Amino acid sequence: MSEKSILQIKNLSKNFKLRRSKLFEKPQELHALSNISIDIEEGETLGIIGESGCGKSTFGRCIVNLHRASYGEIIYNGTNIVNKKGSKLKELRKDIQMIFQDPYSSLDPRKTAGAAIEEPMKIHNISKGTDSINKVSSLMQEVGLDSQYIYRYPHEFSGGQRQRINIARALALNPKIMVCDEPVSALDVSVQAQVLNLLNELQRKHNLTLIFISHDLSVIKHVSDRIAIMYLGRIVELCRAEEVYNNPMHPYTQALLSAIPPESPFEKHQQIELKGEIPSPIGEQKGCSLSTRCPYVMDKCFAQTPELSEANEGHKVACFLY
Amino acid sequence: MDGNANDILGVTAQAEIIKKERKANNAWNKLKRNRTAMFGLIIICIMVFMVIFADVISPYDPNVIDLGNTYVKPGNMGHVFGTDEFGRDLLSRILYGSRISILVAVGATLVGGIIGLFLGLISGYAGGITDSIIMRVMDGMMAFPFVLLSILLMTILGSGVFNVILAIGISNVPIFARIVRGQVLVVKNEEYCNAVKILGASHTRLLFSHILPNSISPIIVQATLNVAGSIISEAALSFLGLGISQPTASWGNILRGGKDYLVTAPHIATISGFFILITVLGFNLLGDGIRDVLDPKMKK
Repeated sequence: MSEKSILQIKNLSKNFKLRRSKLFEKPQELHALSNISIDIEEGETLGIIGESGCGKSTFGRCIVNLHRASYGEIIYNGTNIVNKKGSKLKELRKDIQMIFQDPYSSLDPRKTAGAAIEEPMKIHNISKGTDSINKVSSLMQEVGLDSQYIYRYPHEFSGGQRQRINIARALALNPKIMVCDEPVSALDVSVQAQVLNLLNELQRKHNLTLIFISHDLSVIKHVSDRIAIMYLGRIVELCRAEEVYNNPMHPYTQALLSAIPPESPFEKHQQIELKGEIPSPIGEQKGCSLSTRCPYVMDKCFAQTPELSEANEGHKVACFLY
Repeated sequence: MDGNANDILGVTAQAEIIKKERKANNAWNKLKRNRTAMFGLIIICIMVFMVIFADVISPYDPNVIDLGNTYVKPGNMGHVFGTDEFGRDLLSRILYGSRISILVAVGATLVGGIIGLFLGLISGYAGGITDSIIMRVMDGMMAFPFVLLSILLMTILGSGVFNVILAIGISNVPIFARIVRGQVLVVKNEEYCNAVKILGASHTRLLFSHILPNSISPIIVQATLNVAGSIISEAALSFLGLGISQPTASWGNILRGGKDYLVTAPHIATISGFFILITVLGFNLLGDGIRDVLDPKMKK
């Protein structure tokens, strides 16, 4: 891959300390992310997929500095952004923006659409007065909102429109990277397509790098250039989008894909079932995270954690099978 | 050229719509459409008028004792509201009393509200040790009965109208602080606070432009109720000889004085009570109206 990487993530881990239940007990840790390393290329869409609780949202929130990573580095423009504070962090915010899952709760109910979109410009002193009103209305038009809605409140919009406001607000700062945390999962299917197409269009126009988090296989397939599959705080497979569907390598990915119902009732369909529950992310983690459920499990899997390594060209898997 | 002209027309038409919407959404215009709130506002305006022009309207000196004409019934012998146990004209006393009562009520609410708001915001937003320290002090203050706390403060501060305001205000602080803190705890975990943080907003912007407006409703309601409570509190302090001392009139001490003659001269207590009631009603109605106006989800 010849493209330039814009964000390098090295050994990123995030632990949450849990409240002690007894007075002198050692506080337990929940390992939300363990040792995630990935290079994100400029202009690409990286899809991140995984079941609920696997740490996809935590990953997104670590990138935008909403959570402070426990270990590891996120390198942007040659500097580590994990421990940035104050004005440097504020500067960084311009480049990395986020779109949230719930378009309604991520808008202040007491701020009109215009005020919400204008806010980032006010914070960063980008423009004032009539200039900023013009900018707001051009942003609104860009995301497909009529600019006459500028003085409406969030509750007066539909779900799709609200998400458009969120997108416009994030775009106001001309970000380079946009983390989309399940941006369409709260929307109707018909509206999902509109918002996804909008994101695609904006990405081309502004040369955005999208980190697209979702649990929906069909959505991810539609938007992503590369896909990372997460399981219990780790990336288990990383490859080009088509590869995931044509040649899934990790047992977890295979199981995940086999869960998609067949398109025709006559199609031969064999579902790989993973037995048991996801192990708890609390406490010390040993061995491969899938070792308790994997059909191909070996002795090695219980003792060591497989690293994410290249199996085919541009296809990385974290499994001892390859 | 044609396209250009259309474009200009489009922009101006849009601007018109924006202007209209903005005008309709203006808080004052919304309040004007709210009839009950306007009724409350009118009551408060009358009260303010009474406060300002008390010495012009009053037919008699409120402190002149006329022992020949005690307990005159309302409407008799040139006394519209009658006279009290010392033969003082009740109308004049109510008018002069409004100065003290409304000043104390509004002042004490402002003092308590502003300090409480500030402490509650800090406490709820900062969390951790700061929160614990502030809230434990508030709990400590709440554990004291109100009267005891006020007596303590009055003995430290000495008597006088402003000290009464301070004493009542300070003893109201914990109630406000608790309400504000509770609201802040809810609002600060909303997703839009995260969203604004990611945009790069400072703590002050987040607090005063997002968290405060979204937690203001219960504070306004509490403040209007507090105006009522403060009038009564001032009466209680006056009764104990710590507040406004006789012969200076306040609604509280007129009511307290009238209470002893409820059977022989019921007008003293009822008329002063009526004025307290009306004032409280006025503030409550206006408070409700303001709360509705500030909530964008309320249509009318």
